Amino acid sequence: MNLWFWLLLACATAYAWKLVGYLVPARLMENPRMSRVAGTMTIGLLASLTIVNTLANGQVLAADARLGALAAAAIALALRAPFLVVVLAGAVTAALLRILGWN
Amino acid sequence: MTLLASPAVRMGISISIATGLYGVSFGALSVTSGLNFWQTMALSLLLFSGGSQFAFIGVVAGGGSGIAAMSAATLLGMRNGIYGMQLNALLRPTGWRKYAAAQVTIDESTATSTGQTDPAEQRRGFWAAGIGIYVLWNLFTAVGALAGSALGDPKQWGLDGAAVAAFLGLLWPRLKGREPVAIAVVCALATVVAVPVVPAGVPILVAAVVAAVIGWFSHGRSDEGLEPDVDPYRERHRHGGHHRGSGGQHSGHAGHPSGHGAHPSGSGQGGADPANGTGTGAAE
Repeated sequence: MNLWFWLLLACATAYAWKLVGYLVPARLMENPRMSRVAGTMTIGLLASLTIVNTLANGQVLAADARLGALAAAAIALALRAPFLVVVLAGAVTAALLRILGWN
Repeated sequence: MTLLASPAVRMGISISIATGLYGVSFGALSVTSGLNFWQTMALSLLLFSGGSQFAFIGVVAGGGSGIAAMSAATLLGMRNGIYGMQLNALLRPTGWRKYAAAQVTIDESTATSTGQTDPAEQRRGFWAAGIGIYVLWNLFTAVGALAGSALGDPKQWGLDGAAVAAFLGLLWPRLKGREPVAIAVVCALATVVAVPVVPAGVPILVAAVVAAVIGWFSHGRSDEGLEPDVDPYRERHRHGGHHRGSGGQHSGHAGHPSGHGAHPSGSGQGGADPANGTGTGAAE
């Protein structure tokens, strides 16, 4: 139930962001710093989420099959593969590396 | 039939299919992160913003708290407020349409709309992409969630590797030029340093603060990082955006989120802004 609470709150704040753009007079939001912070934060959060999902096990850093998934995804992206193919490349690589004994 | 003759509507439909399909990966990853079917569907139906949804389940999967997951998702949703402002100036929706438009204001619907020059086409593109993605994204989330719960041990299928790939795939289109790469590297390092010393989920918020400080004090493109996950006009942009027609650059109130046409010069090639010393032209 606790997770439901934070989940629904996240839904509410997400909608609030979207709506604020439509309701707040444009000149108040035209500050280029606002869109710049929104942009750099998007990059920073996604970079951080990538690293956490690759290296973290709770509070411990670990090098395991997920590193292979990261490399495979980077190669797929460099070859301009569609998103779904990139995700599959990550999954298949991690699964294969585990079969080969690298956790 | 007349609607299907509109280039913006056709673009909206194709982007809906491309984006909707990766709802499968969200659905599957969400249930293997520990959310149940209805929690997964609530995120797609109510939150409806790919990056924020992946962030929420990414924090939960890493053992983070609900409040950390909510915070990461909320911070990632900030850019939708910027899109809302652009679209409000562009489409001027009134009454209930304003509230409906807000819910389908995401990277892709914004990109589809602002990539058009004719106001009627901008409107059609926004609604076609917005509604199309909403329907397909939720449909494929359900498919992924059902498939994911049937899989058993997620690690055996490499689903943790799929999550890594998904986040890199969301980050990748935003790494245009040296500066966004530098921001990504700095935030990645901040995360690695933070993981052993703060509770799970919090390193992501540390990185968000670092990124916000960089954004506040540096002077790069004002729309950096505001690129769609799937760019509806990707191929055409490489050739200078000829879909805009003769001299039809929209230079006023709304910029294309991927930076093409957002500059007053309208060239989208960077370098025209004297305050911009970071060389966005390298991105092309």
